[in-house]
Amino acid sequence: MITSRTDRVVTYAILVFFTVIALVPVLGILSTAFASQASLNTGFSLPDGLHWSNFVDAWQRGHFGTYLRSSVLVTVVVVVASAALSTLAAYAFGTMRFPGSTMLFYVFLIGLTLPEEALVIPLYYDLRGAGLTDTYWALILPQTAQSIAFGTFWMRTYFLGASRSMVEAARIDGCSSWTTLWRVLVPVGRPAITTMVVITFMWTWNEFLLALVMVTSESRRTVPLGLVFFQGQHSSDISLLAAGAVLVALPVVLVYIALQRKFIEGMLSGAVKE
Amino acid sequence: MTQAVREAQRSEPVVRSRSRLGRLRSLYARRAPGEPRAVGYLYVLPALAVFSLFILVPFFQSIWYSLFNWDGLTPATWVGLDNYTALFTDPSLRGPFVHALILLLFYALLPIVIGLLIAATLSRMRIRGMTFFRTVLFLPQVLAMVVVALAWRWIFAPDGLFNAGLSAVGLGGITRPWLGDFTFALPAVGIVGTWVEFGLCMVLFLAGCQRIPRELYEAARLDGAGAVREFFAVTLPELRPQIAVAATLTIVAGLRNFDLIYVTTGGGPGDATSVPAYEVYHRAFEVGQVGGAAAIGIALAILIFVVTVVVSRLIEGRR
Repeated sequence: MITSRTDRVVTYAILVFFTVIALVPVLGILSTAFASQASLNTGFSLPDGLHWSNFVDAWQRGHFGTYLRSSVLVTVVVVVASAALSTLAAYAFGTMRFPGSTMLFYVFLIGLTLPEEALVIPLYYDLRGAGLTDTYWALILPQTAQSIAFGTFWMRTYFLGASRSMVEAARIDGCSSWTTLWRVLVPVGRPAITTMVVITFMWTWNEFLLALVMVTSESRRTVPLGLVFFQGQHSSDISLLAAGAVLVALPVVLVYIALQRKFIEGMLSGAVKE
Repeated sequence: MTQAVREAQRSEPVVRSRSRLGRLRSLYARRAPGEPRAVGYLYVLPALAVFSLFILVPFFQSIWYSLFNWDGLTPATWVGLDNYTALFTDPSLRGPFVHALILLLFYALLPIVIGLLIAATLSRMRIRGMTFFRTVLFLPQVLAMVVVALAWRWIFAPDGLFNAGLSAVGLGGITRPWLGDFTFALPAVGIVGTWVEFGLCMVLFLAGCQRIPRELYEAARLDGAGAVREFFAVTLPELRPQIAVAATLTIVAGLRNFDLIYVTTGGGPGDATSVPAYEVYHRAFEVGQVGGAAAIGIALAILIFVVTVVVSRLIEGRR
């Protein structure tokens, strides 16, 4: 195709323009996080040197170290548990035929469209009744369930596409359905599993509403909740707040940069329901 | 099991057995040798148990709660569907839904239009460094909403970047604390939504454009189509599946938007930016109208479900 020089310039100018728009708020937070604490400037100007001390302060004085511990714990448990349970369920939905399997799968699908707002009220009263509010369980159990809805949907597509001849060969070699799954399908399905894991990780790490409703004691706050509370109490402590925001966003952003395609693929799949 | 065997099994008449048990047995009898059977239930069971306990049960409880007038402490009184009729009659409940619809212009319509315009310009050539652009444009999607909200609070602050920019181009007269302004707080929150979603639309549409056969464009050009005609005759129809996906994702994100409202405006000033997702939290956990809040949550779920179904029909309509 013939493209003129001006076409080329205009095209890249447009792309760069929108790229800058996407980056400005992010750069604002970064520059504020590295600014000196005396500065009242909410970013967008180059800081006078890199003040790493803001991060140390956020970690200690802002208790972000504690919040990060809560977040890591909740996220790891949710990701591992939901990945295991949804792989098992999706394996059955994708490779086995049993009465009611289609209907059961649709139940999981509907779970994918239910917003948290339609569940959070009874969840709160149920978990309070069980004495579980303000424990990690109140964050882990509901989020595992939500991730299972996505994971089952996502992994079923993989199992449907997995080669039947491979499964049959395994079975002829005397593998039970259990060993076929773990020895054959899971190792081959690593790309699909990675996508499921990063998406679940991101959702769990960024979750705010559930933490806001369930958690009361400071030591169990996750990082997003910790950030919002910190903002409520020290809204003038701008550079500390920005450093905290960086700590909230950084783990997900790092994984995103490394596995960008997985994120995009997984997040866009959410709308492609059959 | 080969395709042919499966086909044959499916067409086999089921009239042999009358009883339910017999039918089940015949279903199993028809499986190929070695094909697993009831063991499928065992694999589904753990996931189903967790899913039922923490999604299905709370959902039905929510429906149940929504039929009561309950403050969360004293005994509840049955009100039937009153909480739902109030969604239409009570202005303080209708308001949040109207706000949500206005926000959808910013969350869904604007990003899709921007994405299409850009895709239309970019589809005419190959772009170098696409991975970089895609990574950056999609970045807002992976940031925690509370971080996004914080960044934009600062941008819209009285001495923030937005006002500074306006002053710089000689519009100092219209600067204001945007998030505290009764008229402009809602569009300001909407702009944040546009910022979050436009990259997703661009990435989707650019990927879609790469898949459009070049011949279609060449044919259009041979027919003497200009850039505009080309867009409406080729790009737009060919991108229909991607537009449907973008519409679903952005609309659902727009309707679910709690974090952003909670952190930027708290529904204020007054209730100028209150949305259903925020009202659920506010009424259930701050002012003790648990039944009414549950009804809003259920209405929101229905709205999201309807949108998802309607838009996926649009995709199917194409196939």
